[in-house]
Amino acid sequence: MTRKFTASLAIAFLATLILFDQATAKLNPYQAPPAFAFGSGLASAGGFCGALPQ
Amino acid sequence: MSDAAAPIREARAFEGFARRGGLVLALLTAIALVALFAGARFGMMLAVGLGFGIALEGLRFGFAGPWRAMILRREPAGILAQLLSIGIVSSVAIPLLAAHPGELTGAQAPVGWAMIGGAFVFGAAMQVVLGCGSGSLVNAGSGNPVGLLALPFFAIGSFAGAYHLIWWTDLGSLPIATLSGWQGLFVTWAALLLTGALLLRLGRPDARRIPRRLVIAAILLAALAIANLLIAGQPWGVVYGLGLWAAKGFTALGGDLSGSAFWSAPGTGRILQGSILTDYTSLTNIGLIAGAFVTAAWRNGGLSQKLPSYPIGAWLAVIIAGFLLGYSSRLAFGCNVGAFFSGISTGSLHGWVWFVAAFAGAFLGVRLRPMLGLEARQ
Repeated sequence: MTRKFTASLAIAFLATLILFDQATAKLNPYQAPPAFAFGSGLASAGGFCGALPQ
Repeated sequence: MSDAAAPIREARAFEGFARRGGLVLALLTAIALVALFAGARFGMMLAVGLGFGIALEGLRFGFAGPWRAMILRREPAGILAQLLSIGIVSSVAIPLLAAHPGELTGAQAPVGWAMIGGAFVFGAAMQVVLGCGSGSLVNAGSGNPVGLLALPFFAIGSFAGAYHLIWWTDLGSLPIATLSGWQGLFVTWAALLLTGALLLRLGRPDARRIPRRLVIAAILLAALAIANLLIAGQPWGVVYGLGLWAAKGFTALGGDLSGSAFWSAPGTGRILQGSILTDYTSLTNIGLIAGAFVTAAWRNGGLSQKLPSYPIGAWLAVIIAGFLLGYSSRLAFGCNVGAFFSGISTGSLHGWVWFVAAFAGAFLGVRLRPMLGLEARQ
């Protein structure tokens, strides 16, 4: 068995994750923020590993 | 003169061209689809993540390996390349953060008992699996079975660590300390130079030169990390996204997160209800895995390496170390990416404390790895 098998499993994992995500949450490009946070004037609101709960 | 091997060579060249063309097409399609259905910012973040994966795998730039090389063989070049990259990012990030507070945020977090202990455990665990936050994702994407097995437990550990985070931080934390503005930048540069000088002094004289590929990788990573900050408004991170994936799985199975101060917080709940294709760290994590896969598949014979054979105890050790990587990195407010790379480059004092504690843990990890059956004993 080679890495082709395990690398394929990794990609299958990603595909499953995205399919599961799309089954449980919907995308709406019309509510998307501006392309760049820099210069947008909006406060940064993404999740980050250094942040305490907000 | 006739060449009997010419048709075979031509067929192989065509096969390689078709394979690589297909990989490029797949990446561009993925970026376009995310941009179209989620928004331009999210498409660009996926592109940044793919860039991270391609740069790390393509140029063999890592974090765990160079630390091991310094500890076991006194080879400082890999860590010097890491410091170079951090220095480049800090030169842009620290002044920008001072000029655009709110719009851009750094990787600032408090130093505390759990943070220090978490970094120590992370440093040890990353040497056991020879993969850090970014490294585990890149390893999984390139078909390394250790990275692939560690990944889901890393995600579960990250979820569990965040679940208990407040209990741990209540053990004692200092206020957040940040090196900001031009003064903060100069202090950061001085600390990076001092660290580099110390590594050069401790390193073997014949191993001090940074290879060209690592210099190129350091510059590429820095450019991508700056792009991450400008697009997302926050620095490059890894472990939040992994914990989010596990949290989504937990709630889909009927799990209740109301008992966790972290996962039940309004801001976190909003992210939890949204798509991972609108979460920055999830997008760069997906990009890291996919970018590493594409790079390995791009190389001729890149995925033909035979899988290693380890005793069952070694695989159990990978599972435990994977969980500990996730759990400890939440207590430490980040892994080698979120705390070390992004913490230091955005002026957070906790990044420096993380570095010292994790490096101390790495000494333990390099000794544990052969004992756990993941390499031959010396």
